[in-house]
Amino acid sequence: MRAPKIAALLGVLVSLAVAAPAMAEQEPLAAQKWSFSGIFGTFDRASAQRGFLVYQNVCSNCHSLKQGYYRNLEGIGLSEEQIKGFAAQKSTATIGDDGQPATRPATPSDHFVSPFPNENAARAGNNGALPPDLSVITKAREGGADYIFALMTGYADPPPDVKMGDGMNYNKAYLGHQIAMPRPLQDDGVDYTDGTKATTEQEARDVVTFLEYMSNPEMEQRKRTGVKVVLFLVLLTGVTYAVKRQVWSDVH
Amino acid sequence: MAGLHKSDVKNPVLNWIDTRLPLITMVQKEYGVFPTPRNFNYFWAFGALAMVQLMVMIATGIFLAMNYTPHVAMAFDSVERIMRDVNFGWLLRYAHSNGASMFFLIVYIHIFRSLYYGSYKAPRELLWILGVVIMLLMMATAFMGYVLPWGQMSYWGATVITNLFSAIPLVGSDIVTLLLGGFSVDNPTLNRFFSLHYLLPFVIIGVVFLHVVALHITGSNNPLGIDVKTPQDTLPFHPYYTVKDSVGICAFFVVYACFVFFAPDFFGNADNWIPANPLQTPAEIVPEWYLLPFYAILRAVPSKLGGVLMMFGAIAVLFVVPWLDTSPVRSAKFRPLYRWFFLLHIIACIVLGMVGAHKPEGIWVLLGRLGTAYYFLHFLVIMPLLGKLERPLPLPESISVPVIRRGGGPLPTGAAAKPMEKV
Repeated sequence: MRAPKIAALLGVLVSLAVAAPAMAEQEPLAAQKWSFSGIFGTFDRASAQRGFLVYQNVCSNCHSLKQGYYRNLEGIGLSEEQIKGFAAQKSTATIGDDGQPATRPATPSDHFVSPFPNENAARAGNNGALPPDLSVITKAREGGADYIFALMTGYADPPPDVKMGDGMNYNKAYLGHQIAMPRPLQDDGVDYTDGTKATTEQEARDVVTFLEYMSNPEMEQRKRTGVKVVLFLVLLTGVTYAVKRQVWSDVH
Repeated sequence: MAGLHKSDVKNPVLNWIDTRLPLITMVQKEYGVFPTPRNFNYFWAFGALAMVQLMVMIATGIFLAMNYTPHVAMAFDSVERIMRDVNFGWLLRYAHSNGASMFFLIVYIHIFRSLYYGSYKAPRELLWILGVVIMLLMMATAFMGYVLPWGQMSYWGATVITNLFSAIPLVGSDIVTLLLGGFSVDNPTLNRFFSLHYLLPFVIIGVVFLHVVALHITGSNNPLGIDVKTPQDTLPFHPYYTVKDSVGICAFFVVYACFVFFAPDFFGNADNWIPANPLQTPAEIVPEWYLLPFYAILRAVPSKLGGVLMMFGAIAVLFVVPWLDTSPVRSAKFRPLYRWFFLLHIIACIVLGMVGAHKPEGIWVLLGRLGTAYYFLHFLVIMPLLGKLERPLPLPESISVPVIRRGGGPLPTGAAAKPMEKV
């Protein structure tokens, strides 16, 4: 009697497990250790701040981050003053008092200013390729943070039998191995002020932490709330079950 | 039969209302004292669960709609705005998107429970048919909801599914144009899908109401699949099943919350975080997991019209299941052969789900065809034949004398004489 029932339950669970990860057929990604993984994970503030520096000095020359606000930087530990000062260095488009297009210094409530005014300008500046927006980039790629890390550290000289396209670069992690983006991270490519050694790997780790934060700025609040909600619900289930036992005690 | 209702309600104000509109009496009759078989297991909680989840989906959906913009240039950004700027918007959105998966999980378990215990058999055929209608409406609603965030999978999923109708001879492409409101998926499509995505859940509520009414006419089936014979076989719905369903609902919410808070993208597809781009087709267009078995059936047939017919046939066949099953015994507990075919059918559905998630190449093509073949064989051949060939086990006399142990006979009838005794 039992077997079919248990099998049914198992079947449902198995079908759930296969449904989600069944899409990827790439080289296996090396799983990295991230500060933000797990149900108690939080963003390593120092790493995210260094990652912001990498984003600022390297990525932001071509990539937009248009869903993010400068005020989001509070979440990685920057102070209000720092954010105000930082935003003020950027100029954003507005309409002047004379009705003509003008610029003004950005404020913390502004979205991150994009490097190019539109898609055509971005393509024109990048050999015809469009640098994707980075706002939700770690969610928008199969493999998430691990994949972005692999991509950042996956640049290599092409094997002799591979014929590279014009202006393309060889990358082990990229599908098809030919990517338009030139290698962005170099050893000591960024000056870290906190004494961390700026290896390519370290830079990649930091920028992925920053981008993971920008993709999920709600994550810490979400997980904190989740722990409380689940604890409450487990308790409630227990109490309800006790009540059920009590109510049913005169039946059976 | 006009005339005032004789109300038993004590409170004079409520009595005044109940006399004119006997809602209180009705709830008391249908959910208070309603006689319910005493031997439900926890699989019977999934009906109540589905009802709760429908309410959760509508509640979260209403608040999402307040913040969503159905326009091709703004839809993706408006969803991101919900995630980042709306107070607890991420919770609303994740509860809604994961809620859809939970809803299907619940309903699929509910349906398989029905298939195992023969809940579709006379006199509950209409109840079952209404259930299949609800599932069909849910699929349409979920499909249109998935289009709204306007990511890559939204756009290309909508393109693939609407184009299925072009397989219909002669009028196919005109129907597609009509569905899309144009010649490709575009702003008019998004607008009408949003409108229908808001409408259909209320149609579902209507059919759920009929489903529940039909249930309360026939009464519930039970794990033994035998009819209720004496009052000893039943318990009042309240408090026995209100509390038992509550346990199920709480336990379910634990699972649901784990997904929402700790793995909100578990059921999602990375491509749907990329804004829709009509000029770039994703490497693979995959529907949400709950549609994968049907997607696999669609692709199992090397003909467009054939595939579409098979896919819709896979749901259409469910409507006639009450007449395909010729066995007089409801519960698979007493059907030694059907039990194994039922297991095989579940495996076929899971295999089809896996096939739907993979590119149709290599072993997946074969598996897809085998799974499809078994799916239809199960309903069209095995079910009708099995009823004639199988020798069911002896049924218990009544629900209150239920215990037939493996290899042993029924308990002495004396056990039924004291049904209120604790065991």
